[in-house]
Amino acid sequence: MKVGILYSRVRAEEKLLFDACERRGVDFELLDDGQLIFDISSTNGHMKRFEQFDVVMERCISHGRALYSLRILNDRGIRTVNTAQVADICGNKLQTTSALTAAGVPSPRTLVAFTTEAALAAIEELGYPVVLKPSVGSWGRLLSKINDREAAEAVLEHKEVLGTYHHSIHYIQEYIQKPMRDIRAFVIGNETICAIYRDSKHWITNTARGGKASVCTVTPELNDICVRAAKAVGGGAVAIDVLEDPDRGLLINEVNYTMEFRNSVMPTGVDIPGRMVDFALEVARNGWAAANGWSEEKERAIGRVTLAGE
Amino acid sequence: MALQTVTATVECPECFGEVELKDVMQNEIVQCADCGADLEVVSVEPVVLELAPEEEEDWGE
Repeated sequence: MKVGILYSRVRAEEKLLFDACERRGVDFELLDDGQLIFDISSTNGHMKRFEQFDVVMERCISHGRALYSLRILNDRGIRTVNTAQVADICGNKLQTTSALTAAGVPSPRTLVAFTTEAALAAIEELGYPVVLKPSVGSWGRLLSKINDREAAEAVLEHKEVLGTYHHSIHYIQEYIQKPMRDIRAFVIGNETICAIYRDSKHWITNTARGGKASVCTVTPELNDICVRAAKAVGGGAVAIDVLEDPDRGLLINEVNYTMEFRNSVMPTGVDIPGRMVDFALEVARNGWAAANGWSEEKERAIGRVTLAGE
Repeated sequence: MALQTVTATVECPECFGEVELKDVMQNEIVQCADCGADLEVVSVEPVVLELAPEEEEDWGE
């Protein structure tokens, strides 16, 4: 069994994953995404270098590098954790929410618009406050809580003038009056293995932005909604952000496919990196569907990968 | 694979203070205790530190 670990930087998470591999006696090789060249048109066996891996674990910091590397590998039949499909959906909030809501997974009400005028109308329809998010982005960057029309007009003008075309794809979400916390749940295959609360005095609760982690009990309700969310985006090892709405209960906010867990191992006492490596080994041995506890039909149904521009 | 790590004291490329490294790997991110700069270990033989790249728009989880 040989495992490739595709990475950008060696952070705390990567060191924990390397350690988990070593503890299991797994033969693994590091693939630095900054040094890689994929000769995707090669007929001289260049890509055979990657065929030696029974599975490749993706740990890129850049969504673009992750997505296209996974696509190249999956196109050649190389198994990965997660798959290009999961990266494609989870790396884009709009696609994530679309996949979740199409699958009937409870999520905050979200409107999409493609012009400033339509976005303003959508914001007014939702009612203030609303949250504007870039469809691609992480760590709480460029999230805007809009409290009134003047702020909406200002932010929309800034996005139109200063942003790339991606910023004119408006993802507009209702603001959930949650307690000053959210839930980060970790799903591996068909099980929510642990969860934390992220408490913050700020409405953005990411631990990358200073949110404090404490253990959250995985109730049957939390497990069910998170497993359904993971399945909706294609399964795998994912970290799910859950909001607690005072009236509607749990709502799925986001799903992260290159999950960060350094602040979650200690409070939960769960060996998250170990479970991730075990999952990757199961994918290598028995394939994606079996590792996720699905039938083969489900795998075929989600097998098609779509990328932006297709 | 055996991971190559190194322990050394090297100069911060930002403030020229001393950065103490313990069991670090290539591509690991460390912080200068003097100036707080994020630094990347770009080589372990010899040990070379550079300022870590600025965060980009598509970075994240």
